[in-house]
Amino acid sequence: MADREERRFAEVSRESVKLMAESSSVELSDEVAAMLAEDVCYRLREAAQSSSQFMRHAKRRKLTVEDFNKALRWSNVEVICGYGAQDAQPFRSVKEGEFFFVEDRDVNLIELALATNIPKGCAETMVRVNVAYLDGKGNVDSQGTVPTAVQSLSDDLLKYYQQITRAILGEDPHLMKVALLDLQSNSKIAALLPYFVYVISGVKSVSHDLEQLNRLLHMVKSLVQNPYLYLGSYVRSLVSSVMYCILEPLAASINPLNDHWTLRDYAALLLSHIFWTHGDLVSGLYHQILLSLQKVLSDPVRPLCSHYGAVVGLHALGWKAVERVLFPHLPAYWANLQAVLDDYSVSNAQVKADGHKVYGAILVAVERLLRMKALSLSQPAERGTLIQPGSVAGAMGYRVSSPGLSPPPEPLSEAALGIVSHLQAGGAGCHWEEWSPVPLPDMYCELYSFFGDSLAVRFSTEPGFDNYPVCTPSHVRDARKEPLGPLSNPDNTRKMPQLTANLNISPRQDGSPRTDPAPPSLSATGSGRPLARSSSVQRSRSSSSRSSQRSTGVSRDVFPKARFTSPHTGPPAFSFLIGGRQVGRSSQGRRPFQTNFSPTPPVSAVPPRAYAHKLPVIGRVGKPVRRWALSHYSLYLPL
Amino acid sequence: MAAVQGGMADAKDDVDIKTEPQSDGFANSNANDTRVLSASPGATATAAGGPKPAGGAPEDQQTLLAVLQFLAKNKLTESAEILRREAGLPEDALDPKGSDPSGPGGAAGGADAEGGDGTSLLSRVTIPPSAAAPAPVKAAGDDQPDVSVVLSAYSQQGDPLLYKVYYRDLKKFIETVLDCHRAELSQVFYPLFVHMYLELVYNNHESEAKAFFEKFSGDQECYYEEDLRILSSLSKKEHMRGNETLLDFRTSKFVLRISRDSYQLLKRHLQERQNNQIWNIIQEHLYIDIFDGMPRSKSQIDAMSGSLAGEAKREANKAKVYYGLLKEPEIELPLDDEDEEAENEEGKPKKKKPKKDSMGSKSKKQDPNAPAQTRIPLPELKDSDKLDKIMYMKEATKKIRLGPDNLPSICFYSFLNAYQGLTAVDFTDDSSLVAGGFADSTVRVWSVTPKKLRKVKSAADLNLIDKESDDVLERIMDEKTASESKILYGHSGPVYGISFSPDRNYLLSSSEDGTVRLWSLQTFTCLVGYKGHNYPVWDTQFSPYGYYFVSGGHDRVARLWATDHYQPLRIFAGHLADVTCTRFHPNSNYVVTGSSDRTIRLWDVLTGNCVRIFTGHKGPIHALAFSPNGKFLASGATDGRVLLWDIGHGLMIGELKGHTDTVFSLRFSRDGEILASGSMDNTVRLWDATKAFDDLETDDFTAATGHIHLQDNSQELLLGTYMTKSSPVIHLHFTRRNLLLSAGGYNP
Repeated sequence: MADREERRFAEVSRESVKLMAESSSVELSDEVAAMLAEDVCYRLREAAQSSSQFMRHAKRRKLTVEDFNKALRWSNVEVICGYGAQDAQPFRSVKEGEFFFVEDRDVNLIELALATNIPKGCAETMVRVNVAYLDGKGNVDSQGTVPTAVQSLSDDLLKYYQQITRAILGEDPHLMKVALLDLQSNSKIAALLPYFVYVISGVKSVSHDLEQLNRLLHMVKSLVQNPYLYLGSYVRSLVSSVMYCILEPLAASINPLNDHWTLRDYAALLLSHIFWTHGDLVSGLYHQILLSLQKVLSDPVRPLCSHYGAVVGLHALGWKAVERVLFPHLPAYWANLQAVLDDYSVSNAQVKADGHKVYGAILVAVERLLRMKALSLSQPAERGTLIQPGSVAGAMGYRVSSPGLSPPPEPLSEAALGIVSHLQAGGAGCHWEEWSPVPLPDMYCELYSFFGDSLAVRFSTEPGFDNYPVCTPSHVRDARKEPLGPLSNPDNTRKMPQLTANLNISPRQDGSPRTDPAPPSLSATGSGRPLARSSSVQRSRSSSSRSSQRSTGVSRDVFPKARFTSPHTGPPAFSFLIGGRQVGRSSQGRRPFQTNFSPTPPVSAVPPRAYAHKLPVIGRVGKPVRRWALSHYSLYLPL
Repeated sequence: MAAVQGGMADAKDDVDIKTEPQSDGFANSNANDTRVLSASPGATATAAGGPKPAGGAPEDQQTLLAVLQFLAKNKLTESAEILRREAGLPEDALDPKGSDPSGPGGAAGGADAEGGDGTSLLSRVTIPPSAAAPAPVKAAGDDQPDVSVVLSAYSQQGDPLLYKVYYRDLKKFIETVLDCHRAELSQVFYPLFVHMYLELVYNNHESEAKAFFEKFSGDQECYYEEDLRILSSLSKKEHMRGNETLLDFRTSKFVLRISRDSYQLLKRHLQERQNNQIWNIIQEHLYIDIFDGMPRSKSQIDAMSGSLAGEAKREANKAKVYYGLLKEPEIELPLDDEDEEAENEEGKPKKKKPKKDSMGSKSKKQDPNAPAQTRIPLPELKDSDKLDKIMYMKEATKKIRLGPDNLPSICFYSFLNAYQGLTAVDFTDDSSLVAGGFADSTVRVWSVTPKKLRKVKSAADLNLIDKESDDVLERIMDEKTASESKILYGHSGPVYGISFSPDRNYLLSSSEDGTVRLWSLQTFTCLVGYKGHNYPVWDTQFSPYGYYFVSGGHDRVARLWATDHYQPLRIFAGHLADVTCTRFHPNSNYVVTGSSDRTIRLWDVLTGNCVRIFTGHKGPIHALAFSPNGKFLASGATDGRVLLWDIGHGLMIGELKGHTDTVFSLRFSRDGEILASGSMDNTVRLWDATKAFDDLETDDFTAATGHIHLQDNSQELLLGTYMTKSSPVIHLHFTRRNLLLSAGGYNP
């Protein structure tokens, strides 16, 4: 039998034949069994051959038991019943002996017959017709193809199209406004969508003209906001136009007087808006966009304005995008930026100014990242905080700081985007697979090492208002001895299972020195319930003070350079972001840090302003940015 | 020398089919023939027998005697009487003792009948010993010589070990001949290989056979893979008896076309080497069709080979075929004002006028290639048919002119929840009804217009209505039964073929249960079950003029029926394997059949003769379509290729490559500009038929020799590929306005 092995057919062994014979009490000699076995094989092959034609004529690809039975029936062989079920037959083996069998469960006929839950018959067979292809052309258009010329439109539509485009790209601002408004609300322009998309795709040809770019972006916004338009695959084209405005070193940006920063901000805002409102359409683009942003960010040859665009773009895509792309990339990028900022030569002034822009953008992004992360962490912990608001707050915040393990419920602002799940799922096949979340404390430490005060100050400002007295470092240390103990002591912290897991999954891929995990920062409750608020207030206070303490101890040693730069560079960004809020709180909130960081020159509310004066571009505090800030506020503690 | 040895094998084939258990009915059918087609006395010759003069050749006489004998034995005296009278045999020919008992065929016939029910699907043609056992001793005894007649060819044996040497020798020789001859001579490999293998098996050299197979099977053309697989599964002499494929191989000669030069080369080589083994095989089992002229190239050969029994003999395609269309009966087109107005509203009266005229002139002029109007008796037009024709013409004026720049819109009819398995679909010509055949034996009919399906009232109710009223046709319908779809129960096996009658009153369905059923679409009941095939009936189709229909099945024959005769009028026998699909020529004078033997045959309805054999497909044929002008034929097979044929010249004229799976349906647009093909690969493809047919415009040389040069221009001809939503496309239909309808079951 050994020489048969290379055969392509199923074989029935002599032993099987004998066994069968025995089961019907017939003794077979080896010779007969061999003959029979061979014949059985042949007949099986024959039946299989002829059963295939029944499959073919039934226009199927799958050979069914039914087909085989038909072949058997036509060869006057008894059919084999009981194997016609659709689902696979469980094929089991018996451990004691090499024995395999098909499981055949008993069916209780009585039960079946008297069963009251009569299965509903399957749905009725029916015929449905759809026009699959009109005039031989698919009615599902291919990926956002845009016609190159305006043709085959009705006269009215053509007129409308011409009027609108003329108005939007024309000189009269009032006319433009009207046109944009109409574009936003007109329900009958679906046929024109490809043409508008085509017009918008012209951004590449007007990169020298900020005004035009701006108008085109407004056009995008109107189209996106029009509730009657289904953007479909055109959204890709729109997104690519917007991305162009965000990322490209526009010709307009050569002249420092041109405020291309606002344009980038606006485009980023628009991008975020598209993702916000058309998440279902663009979700597939998310990773693509992240990748292109990352590419720009990691390309040192690109001008700073492109980097700026990448940062605001990431910011626009949400804090998770920042966490995934910007944060891991920061150490590498920081060196470049640092070099720019440290160069005080006159020739570098312009670039340095740009560098500050980028710096500010990064700061804004990471601040939100920290805040949102803290928020996302604190929400699951809320129950615990309610029980023991004060004392365990810090620990509580700490133990849940592993978003990778159990995704926290998304904060409101992100949930609406509907894209965060993509981040959670991880970009299959891309490098994010290796990405694992950095726990918040580590993140904070690291960020602090870059930004120093400006970051810390930013955090301390909100809760610091009414807890001012306890904010001296010594106080904090004493008062928080209990909660802080476990945090600084790894042995203790490991008693908590969550924490252990947390520690285990915090690899540092950036190669920067490992710092001890710092306690989590503030937590805020979106609902703003009194209890939670008080707890979070305390926690945040503790964390801020704690982190400031940490930074004096650790980061100053590890990142001496960062230490030096941060006082210089931090304030402008700070001043800019806080914007309208400086008046009330900031001065007070910052006070503890002044005492804490004695080496740094005391910063009051005024220096940042003064510093800001030096920057060539103030206009950044434009309307869109303020809106972003507002969106932050909504999640802030309503203190 | 190429010897023609068709006689014996052919005669045997004929007898096998004649003496199937239905043979009693068959005699009746002869009688029917005379009645129905009385216009043509020649038609009485059975289709299978072809135009042989009755009782002419001695073996025919023998056959007839054997049939008579069989009839007598089964007490079918009346049939026997009729047969005898028609065959012109003397009264005493029917001697029960059978003074001339057995021509081999007669014996086989007797045995077949005896074993009737015992015969299996797989061993139908000859009887395995076990099945023949209950037969009378005499029959069983006679059975042996029959089988041995076929097999004995293999009994002469040389040294089994030398087979390899012989084959290798020949291989070496062919590899060293001039390039121009190599391709031609390589054709010999496959049949030789098969026959040598079978000889080895027959002579019980199992291991040698196996070694031989393993050594040389890899050399064979890939399109023979299927057959090789069957061959390799066979290693015992005993198994040879029941194997259909082998029987095909033995009973029919493998036909090769070789130029005279190449042939001389081969012959000389074999004679020099004293390679008698191979020479004998060539002499006995191969038919070498020698032609004078240039040897053919490899691609030319590949295009035509692939069938089970080699290429078609050249003379097989020489007969004249009247492929022209019949003259349309002249019907007064009521071009009333209302109609004109409607056209003016459309806004393009200019374009339509000339079109209408051309249609009119076409129908008036007699096509020289058309058969005589009365060559086949056709049913007379009823008033309703005339009305329908008028409707058709009106619709035709609104027809869209298709072309490469003007592709049709495609509608897809999805059969949802077809858990039973959708196996066949058909649309009525006016696209108002769609019918589906299902694997659960049901036939379902849907109305695709808002008009619901209604039954005629019961007889009792019909008595009550006023028969004089104007709207009597409306009154006879039972409003209570109105529904969107009707289910027709009656078959006891999957329904594989389905066809509406042109007047939409009837529906035909063919099923695995061996019957073809005729259903009334007035009462939605079964009217007739046509029994005759006895084995699964794979396909059926109504004649374009109604009344006649054709069916083909696993019994390897196609049958022509008339709806009012329960026995077939013609039996078209000749295919070596299942007849998988059948189609009527637009002029109703011809029937085309596709088969698992990978050939296509065109049959003359009048004489029952096979007038064309087309080879070239590499897999079973599953789709056939005539062009609307009747000149061309398109065929699709499991190999995913669509081949185009010129019927008049009997030539392959095009190959359309693109589908990746079985082509299940083909359809020409109403004017023949576009060919649509639907496939298991879930696509509909549109091809530029005009271009495909224009490109060749008859080269005299190709017409004379039948050697075609196909350009590989599939990509140029492909006008579009259209995906369905995971539904194999099993039917295509152009509406009268050239909208393409496609249908298939949705398989999520």
